[in-house]
Amino acid sequence: MDELVRNEAGDRIYSLNLGPQHPSTHGVLRILLDLDGEYIVKADPVIGYGHRGHEKMGENRQYKQFLPNTSRIDYLSGLLYNHGFVLAVEKLAGIKVPERAKFIRVIAAELNRISSHLLWFGTYLLDIGGITPFLYAFDDREHILDILDTITGSRLTYSYCRFGGVCRDIDWKFIEMSRAFLKRMEARWADYEALVTKNVIFIHRTRDVGVIDRELARQYGVTGPNLRACGVPFDVRRSEPYEVYDRLDFEIPTGTKGDALDRYNVRFREMQQSCRIIDQALDQLPEGEVLAPKVPQKLSPPKGEVYSAFESARGLSAYYMVSDGSSGPYRCHIRVPSFGNLNVLNDVLPGTLVADAISILGSIDVVIPEIDR
Amino acid sequence: MSEGLLGFEGFRLILGMVIALSFASVNALFLVWLERKVSGHIQLRPGPMEVGPHGVLQTAADALKLIGKELILPLKADKKLFFLAPVLVFTPVLVGFLVLPFSPGLIIHDMNLGVLLVFAFSTITVLAILTGGWASNNKYALLGAVRSVAQNVAYEIPLLLAVMSIVLMVHSLSFSHIVVLQKNVWFVFLQPLACLIYLIAATAETNRAPFDIPEAESELVAGFHTEYSGMGFGLYFLAEYTNMFIVCAVATSLFFGGWNGLFGISLGIPGVFWFLFKTYFLIFVIMWVRWTFPRVRFDQLMNFSWKVMIPLSLVNLVITAIVVKII
Repeated sequence: MDELVRNEAGDRIYSLNLGPQHPSTHGVLRILLDLDGEYIVKADPVIGYGHRGHEKMGENRQYKQFLPNTSRIDYLSGLLYNHGFVLAVEKLAGIKVPERAKFIRVIAAELNRISSHLLWFGTYLLDIGGITPFLYAFDDREHILDILDTITGSRLTYSYCRFGGVCRDIDWKFIEMSRAFLKRMEARWADYEALVTKNVIFIHRTRDVGVIDRELARQYGVTGPNLRACGVPFDVRRSEPYEVYDRLDFEIPTGTKGDALDRYNVRFREMQQSCRIIDQALDQLPEGEVLAPKVPQKLSPPKGEVYSAFESARGLSAYYMVSDGSSGPYRCHIRVPSFGNLNVLNDVLPGTLVADAISILGSIDVVIPEIDR
Repeated sequence: MSEGLLGFEGFRLILGMVIALSFASVNALFLVWLERKVSGHIQLRPGPMEVGPHGVLQTAADALKLIGKELILPLKADKKLFFLAPVLVFTPVLVGFLVLPFSPGLIIHDMNLGVLLVFAFSTITVLAILTGGWASNNKYALLGAVRSVAQNVAYEIPLLLAVMSIVLMVHSLSFSHIVVLQKNVWFVFLQPLACLIYLIAATAETNRAPFDIPEAESELVAGFHTEYSGMGFGLYFLAEYTNMFIVCAVATSLFFGGWNGLFGISLGIPGVFWFLFKTYFLIFVIMWVRWTFPRVRFDQLMNFSWKVMIPLSLVNLVITAIVVKII
């Protein structure tokens, strides 16, 4: 405190401790801000408040025992992480998955992606002061949670995928509910366009705010919608297709500048593309088994290592596992997109206002416990 | 007319203020309930439903809870200023009731400088907010207070310029005189731009969304009243809703004909009901706006005031002056 940092005009620069308990830090993020008036001079995100030791838990358990953990790494896209984990283990153990199960996984995963993006949509608008869209989005999200509830039995931490398929087949009720949801969303996109996307205040709050250009994104390893917003059409579903994504027709939305408005538009259009994927997958859904027979209860994959990437709602996620031939992985590493996405704040925040800091943090859509794992 | 200790006029003033105080409290309870209902229905949910029919007693229960809460003084806060600020924020707002023309006979004190009085006292509120934010010894509260001062200074200018164009037209600062002149034509039809500027500036003046940056809950936690608990917070709340009533009542008197019906047609409804109906309708519009728009950023708000609102209101004032001179 003795050493006062001052700006050119001689005014004192003070620090503001934003979080870990703050309405807009999406969980337990803490950002140390150095402020000159309301302008940010330096921003330093502090992570580690949500560490639960998932990687270590994975190494101390059998493969199937770690399965429920996976949906708690990123609690907003639980099914996607669950899916990613079984993909990795199947690759490691060489298990073949029935066609029907692949389609069901894709449908469930895309539903989860929409629910994650809807939650982001709501909370982002909440961050910049629009309270009503939050409740609209949660209303829509509630439908997805109900749909997934009928097949998985849970609303948030689904542990639906199994090695070699999924635990429960979908029924006519699920298909009917999904179709009704897709139909409902058609009208809702138009509502959101009118209320939010075309709102003058919203556009002024997001255009040219928090620009992440290609170079910066590359340096920090930014992936997902944040990367696509700066014009790089990188999506694991397209570049390294898994399951049946190569057989489905969907676009990879991209932006141009990489500002908050681009990120908003990319995510918004991604939700629509996910709807398209679900629609096609429901049309093409084959009959048959949903769980491969003869997958041993106690799985002991041969010695070796596996890296399996998948596109979570926030970007490139991956499991890297080393098997020593026992019933659990020797090393289990999880690549989470939020880590790179969050740290870009170090470079993006300086020079912006406090109000923009909240807006930028919201626009990059981080889930903090995912970073801490 | 009986001459009491204070004289008739003095007695009338005190009685009036007591009635105004009770009206302000009931009005705030009602408005908070209304806000929660309006926001609820806009957001496709019912709002409060548990306490009383359709939750009408919810805010009364909340107020009771607030009264029962402990007043917490933050560490190293300035105790005197900290407790003075909530009182200081509410009292000047109440003074506005002195001159509000509810109906021809229903004015506590029909002053010939009524318009000036309302705006003079409403300016004190910003000092109280600054005091509260400063005394809290909290950076969020201080940021909120600083924003509040800058915002109020910026928006009082277009607000007063808009009001001045009405004053130029009628050559009077008395509310009842202004209302009487609107018997046939409301001034909103003669001064639509001034009316619009007034409503926007009044929204900013009362710190309502989309101009609620002094309390911006997603940025500054709760802004200037972050550290207040119990009735300290309650008084800020009371002041906010009373202030909302005052600015809408003033708008009703200046632009929407006060107690007069539309185009001189009163439908046999007493003037006070016309007045209250129009005021509450304006309040509803302000609530509607709050639950529809996101918040503007601080610098955008200032730019909007200094670069758009003030030049527009100045132009409007000059045109009004010229037209008045010609006619």
